[in-house]
Amino acid sequence: MRVTVWGCRGSVPTPGPDTVTYGGNTSCVEVALGDDVALVLDAGTGIRALGFDLERRGIRHVHVCLTHLHLDHLEGLRFFAPLWDERTTVEIWGPPSHLLSLRERIARYFSPPLFPNELRDVPAALTFHDVPRTPWTIGGASITADSVLHPGPTVGYRIELGGASFSYLPDHEPALAGPLQAKPTEWISGTALAVNADLVVHDAQYFEDEYPHHVGWGHSSVSDAVAFAHAARAKRLLLFPLEPRHSDHALERLEDRARELAETNGVAQPSLAREGMVVELL
Amino acid sequence: MERRRQKHLVLILARELASNLATPTLIADADGTLVFYNEAAEEVVGRPFAEAGEMPVDDWTSSFEPRTPGAAQPLPAERRPTRIALDEQRPAHETFRITSADGVERDVSVTAIPLFAQAEEFVGIVAIFWRE
Repeated sequence: MRVTVWGCRGSVPTPGPDTVTYGGNTSCVEVALGDDVALVLDAGTGIRALGFDLERRGIRHVHVCLTHLHLDHLEGLRFFAPLWDERTTVEIWGPPSHLLSLRERIARYFSPPLFPNELRDVPAALTFHDVPRTPWTIGGASITADSVLHPGPTVGYRIELGGASFSYLPDHEPALAGPLQAKPTEWISGTALAVNADLVVHDAQYFEDEYPHHVGWGHSSVSDAVAFAHAARAKRLLLFPLEPRHSDHALERLEDRARELAETNGVAQPSLAREGMVVELL
Repeated sequence: MERRRQKHLVLILARELASNLATPTLIADADGTLVFYNEAAEEVVGRPFAEAGEMPVDDWTSSFEPRTPGAAQPLPAERRPTRIALDEQRPAHETFRITSADGVERDVSVTAIPLFAQAEEFVGIVAIFWRE
């Protein structure tokens, strides 16, 4: 399994000289499954460049698994080249809501005055699916979705292929339900997806002194991210999304802090995600 | 994968709410297993949840010998709010008499409500005890 980060910034795109190292595009990750089908996690602005790459590679069947519908996870979809190619099939998966279907919710972003075109104008063969409650298969990989703690309907994903496992929990605030260190693992949001995973992407948007000012916003401190990885016995921890106010310099300090925390509780060396990063899972 | 070892997110959030309530509150999952009661409920039960552990909610309720008001008859299972909320997935309320762990007879009212996650997934119940 090969995991490629196309965007790892949180909240809002942050291009500019202060974000060159880690990147400014919002959440989007590709999980390579083969030559015929692509699995994409989230549709932040990182998906725009990925779309061009998929076209170059001739991939005509794309699955986009959305964790939730906050704009930084959806705003790139309108500029995803495969959507505007009638030869392509795009299947979109996302969290269920009892009020509106996934198509109806996403259609809001594909309509005036937010966008000049309607969802019905999309030429690709487009289908929408609420994520099922039980694992399903995409391109030979087993996909599991489960609700996680973040404002509004939100899911995380676990992808398993060829003995490798990857857990994707980019926007997640498990500590909102109480301090992680004091809880049995079964009472920590997201651990069902992350347990023993070879790679866990997890939220670490804030330094510890920033988090008290953002409780309930749906994101974690770096110490909670490391504590979560410890509770889930994750083998590798990749931290994202990245706070838009954090420059490259600040993010280097965040990564140092994550590694310092990991040393004290036995979590494998954590890293901050960077745009363009590729992680091979064997 | 140890997937179902984790409680449903709605139960995790319900537990956090219950932990901060001064009103005796219990939580059961969709299978009818009592998965948590709070400190206020410990006063009624007579022992902490950490000591009691998970158990079928019916066993827990029966341990208080619930009886109809006036203590005339055992309260049938089909009138227990927790049972109704679990079986029929609707809210239920009932006043009855119990014998607490400390041996004291008390009249209590219990309100039980079903918990539904997104997509109408039934994930368990919350029951609140009101002392009469």
